[in-house]
Amino acid sequence: MTAALPQAEGTGLMSTALLEQWLRRSAARLADVTPFLTALDQAIGDGDHGTNMNRGFAAVVAKLNAEAADMDPAGILRLVGRTLVSTVGGASGPLYGTAFLRASAALADRATDVDAALDAFDAAVGGIAALGKSTAGQKTMLDALVPAQKAARAAHERGASGSEIVAEAAEAASAGSDATIPMLATKGRASYLGERSIGHRDPGATSSALLLTTAAEVVGGQAG
Amino acid sequence: MTLASPPLKKLINAVDDFVTEELQGLEAAHPDLLRIDYENNVVLRREPTRAGKVALVSGGGSGHEPLHGGYVGYGMLDAACPGAVFTSPVPDQMEAATRAVDGGAGVLHIVKNYTGDVLNFQMAADLVAGDIEVASVIVNDDVAVQDSLYTAGRRGVGATVLVEKIAGARSEEGGTLAEVTDVAVQVNAQARSMGMALTSCVVPAAGTPTFELPPDEIEIGIGIHGEPGRRREKLASVDEIARMLVEPVLSDLPFTSGDRVLAFVNGMGGTPLIELYVAYNAVNKILRDNGIEATRSLVGNYITSLEMAGFSVTLLRLDDELTRLWDAPVHTPALRWGR
Repeated sequence: MTAALPQAEGTGLMSTALLEQWLRRSAARLADVTPFLTALDQAIGDGDHGTNMNRGFAAVVAKLNAEAADMDPAGILRLVGRTLVSTVGGASGPLYGTAFLRASAALADRATDVDAALDAFDAAVGGIAALGKSTAGQKTMLDALVPAQKAARAAHERGASGSEIVAEAAEAASAGSDATIPMLATKGRASYLGERSIGHRDPGATSSALLLTTAAEVVGGQAG
Repeated sequence: MTLASPPLKKLINAVDDFVTEELQGLEAAHPDLLRIDYENNVVLRREPTRAGKVALVSGGGSGHEPLHGGYVGYGMLDAACPGAVFTSPVPDQMEAATRAVDGGAGVLHIVKNYTGDVLNFQMAADLVAGDIEVASVIVNDDVAVQDSLYTAGRRGVGATVLVEKIAGARSEEGGTLAEVTDVAVQVNAQARSMGMALTSCVVPAAGTPTFELPPDEIEIGIGIHGEPGRRREKLASVDEIARMLVEPVLSDLPFTSGDRVLAFVNGMGGTPLIELYVAYNAVNKILRDNGIEATRSLVGNYITSLEMAGFSVTLLRLDDELTRLWDAPVHTPALRWGR
């Protein structure tokens, strides 16, 4: 167990401690914004996204407390994925759960450097796109995640530091979430509304942006 | 200006216990028919599946009662998986249900076409692959949603009840998994629905109405999760409202003069039977004017949206075989005849 930790602790981007910190802080943030996410989902969905995410991440924290002690990052991501699939329900459960499971698989047996972390993020976003049969531009969580993915790659190619990469990804995710407001939904439950989905922020893109913003805070705080 | 949120005016103890206490009540009221696996949150028939009988599993968010738990019993479902209110159940529930009810002849998953339901059932089917033969039917009868590249496809609404009844009858009389699946697919293919709301509804965990509807407006083309519909109209007479629902249903299949149908007028949970029968009368007049005969009917609250007032119309084109299967004995908490 400990043999996996030195490399994991060395990168400043995907260590066990940072992952746990990110997940716990995300759970707290999601608990805070549950009414906001619910209100967004009431406007164009069925009003359960806030409570579902809150339930899932509360379960993640409980699992971290009980089981995460000696896990490497891939193990933690797998634990999170399985927990979200089993507790969130709705479409978000399988989608976010699959994202974490794919990220875990991409990371397995690799040094957790920036390249591996970006590959894991690509795998996560790709998993959501494949399972949801969706692409960016359809008013879904991908509208936050795909711009974040591009921004992270661009920052890395430029030679940016780990914390700069995550910060730029989070910024792009927030901008992507804002950009869902004027979009016409063509996937997910909001698509039933047709034109009436225009003018509302997508709840899934909002929760995705929140997760990345929290990641930027955690990584930035560690770097600073 | 801020207003204190109004109290949750429902028969409820605690939001977190709402679904569990409903299941406890269902079990206490119908111990002769069903039992609950509380660990996995699954409603099961009291008796294990007869060896060789195809088992039927359905599930979805709670708040649509009696769907699905009220349809567990002879002639319909073998198990139902309730999620939180308006939230699809998780794969673990469908996996446990599928393993519990398999009688060696395979299991049919009856899935309403919502992204969450489809994904969670798909993950469950993957989890039992290799152990149990699973087939799925996706119910998507709601003509209010354009079925195109630009939507998640049509929602599953009223036809779900008819699929569960008719496929259940076919499995009870010894149909193979392929035969039971075929008749389920056929019912879905021959059925169309559309619904409307007079009022919104309050999801307990949210505490406020899912949408705001002014006193003089109605929502046309709603689903069953309190999601807003396709458009708003001014309040109108029931004859006019029935026309707004039935005409799109008729033209979609299309139903034509000489057709025999099962006419299903379903209450959304908050509409009294007197209004549902007035609505049935309005629907039936339109059918007669179009040369269509309602040879079977179902009127009542069978697939609901909490306390929403309003109704949906489902028409199923019948032939002799579907009529025979509809008439076959059924004994569940919510539907019972012939037995």
